[in-house]
Amino acid sequence: MSELLQFVFSGMTVGAVYALVALGFTIIFNASGVVNFAQGEFVMLGGMITVFAHASGLPLPLAALIAVAVTAAVGVALNRLAIEPARGAPVVSLIIITIGASIFIRGASQLVFDKQIHSFPAFSGDDPIHVLGATILTQSLWVIGGAIAIFVGLWLFFTKTLLGRAVLATSNNRLAAQLVGINTKFVMTLSFALSAAIGALGGVLVTPITLTSYDVGLALALKGFAAAMLGGMGNPKGAFVGGLLLGLLEALTAGYLSSQYKDAAAFIIILAVLFFMPQGLFGRKSTDRV
Amino acid sequence: MSLLEIQGLGISFGGVRAVNDVSFSVKQGEIVSVIGPNGAGKTTLFNMISGVYQPGAGSVALSGEPVTGMEPFRLAQRGLSRTFQNLQIFQNMTVLENAVTGFHLQERGPVLADLFNLPGSRRRARQAEEGARALLARVGLERAADREAGSLSYGSLKRLEIARALAMQPKVLLLDEPAAGCNAVETEEIDHLIAEVAASGVAILLVEHDMKMVMRISNHIVVLDHGEKIAEGAPAEVSRNPDVIAAYLGTEAEHADG
Repeated sequence: MSELLQFVFSGMTVGAVYALVALGFTIIFNASGVVNFAQGEFVMLGGMITVFAHASGLPLPLAALIAVAVTAAVGVALNRLAIEPARGAPVVSLIIITIGASIFIRGASQLVFDKQIHSFPAFSGDDPIHVLGATILTQSLWVIGGAIAIFVGLWLFFTKTLLGRAVLATSNNRLAAQLVGINTKFVMTLSFALSAAIGALGGVLVTPITLTSYDVGLALALKGFAAAMLGGMGNPKGAFVGGLLLGLLEALTAGYLSSQYKDAAAFIIILAVLFFMPQGLFGRKSTDRV
Repeated sequence: MSLLEIQGLGISFGGVRAVNDVSFSVKQGEIVSVIGPNGAGKTTLFNMISGVYQPGAGSVALSGEPVTGMEPFRLAQRGLSRTFQNLQIFQNMTVLENAVTGFHLQERGPVLADLFNLPGSRRRARQAEEGARALLARVGLERAADREAGSLSYGSLKRLEIARALAMQPKVLLLDEPAAGCNAVETEEIDHLIAEVAASGVAILLVEHDMKMVMRISNHIVVLDHGEKIAEGAPAEVSRNPDVIAAYLGTEAEHADG
């Protein structure tokens, strides 16, 4: 029992990070139809910038704030310099551009920062909390709580605010959105900034547990993408649940089978789900007009 | 006063002049129709006026202010609204939601007020919904309000697009084949609707293939052929113009004359 609980705790922690990456995928996908494979780099930048800002003497909260702001700016730059100029190109080309951007950001980070593994202190100390014979790090609570707060905030933003609904309208039909007076370029900028900021926040929250280096982004992007697919691409609820589910699957496989199989098991289950439900768990069937 | 003033508008695609040196104006409350054979450049002209294409030459003025090549969302903010021949509908939204988007500019308020669902934000949302329902009733779609837009017939979607455009309370309204795909009864309803909207002081620019409709409701007709304006005037003048007859029926008409 306590063993199971332990696996659940660690699965939830990792899953919350996947959920944040998947939410980042969802926002950009909804605004532009593009799957942004540089999403994992945002998480890396969030962690790395905080590490170096903190090391240069800034207090941790300020360092984290700078990291989120700088990463959001990188997201906006990605849109302006790489995606917007190629507008009109097929979505597949845009996705390949994001892969290129991801490689570029990774390479640049290796030069700007270094190749070492880094971390910074946990927010609320290193003493774990004991629950029913299992232990959970206080930092894990930060990660899970942060993911929940962001999810709720996003849900309110997209369902309650006119700006949020303008983003959804833009994703549905860009030209029609322009016709009713929506500045779709601003919507795109906002989506990339929001998405990058969320990724960076994930990086800030998780670095004290998982540590970070310039090359952690790729694995996170793949896992986050898998989580988003599992939940149903474009659906924030799906991204959130998909992320947590993927984290739990990995933790349980690692715990009960072997940690070597954790990636394989997760991907096999995703394949199975997509085989029977191609739209993902929460995806909605697309109806094309013929 | 001319609400919409088109001056020497032109555009080329890969060396082919799609539209060349077209000028005309639309006054308040006036219905001006652009007619011409298929491929004459009518929709291209619309796309330049509404900012979808950047014109290669010439200028567009809205209420006397230059707006040439301005992006569609800025034109919307300045009171120019349009519908499309091939529909630009939010397919995944309901009919009502589509109409509500037309109130986007009027519904704008502080984001935080929306987030915390403050009374002002609720009031704006309610007004938009009431306005949208009233407009759906006006175009005869009130009973389809909660259906998904993608499930509607082409003719109904045309009317939904008109309702959305009207929600923006435009000063100038561009209608690209509003009656296409509609049956005779629906066409007549759209007729009345357009006349009503014009009577309320909106300048209307219309592209339409239904000649009976064009002749009936237009104050002024501009005829395009091969991207050039070949005639303009009142419906009766235009329909007697030999160049127009030739453009529509081919050069045989000239041989028949001579």
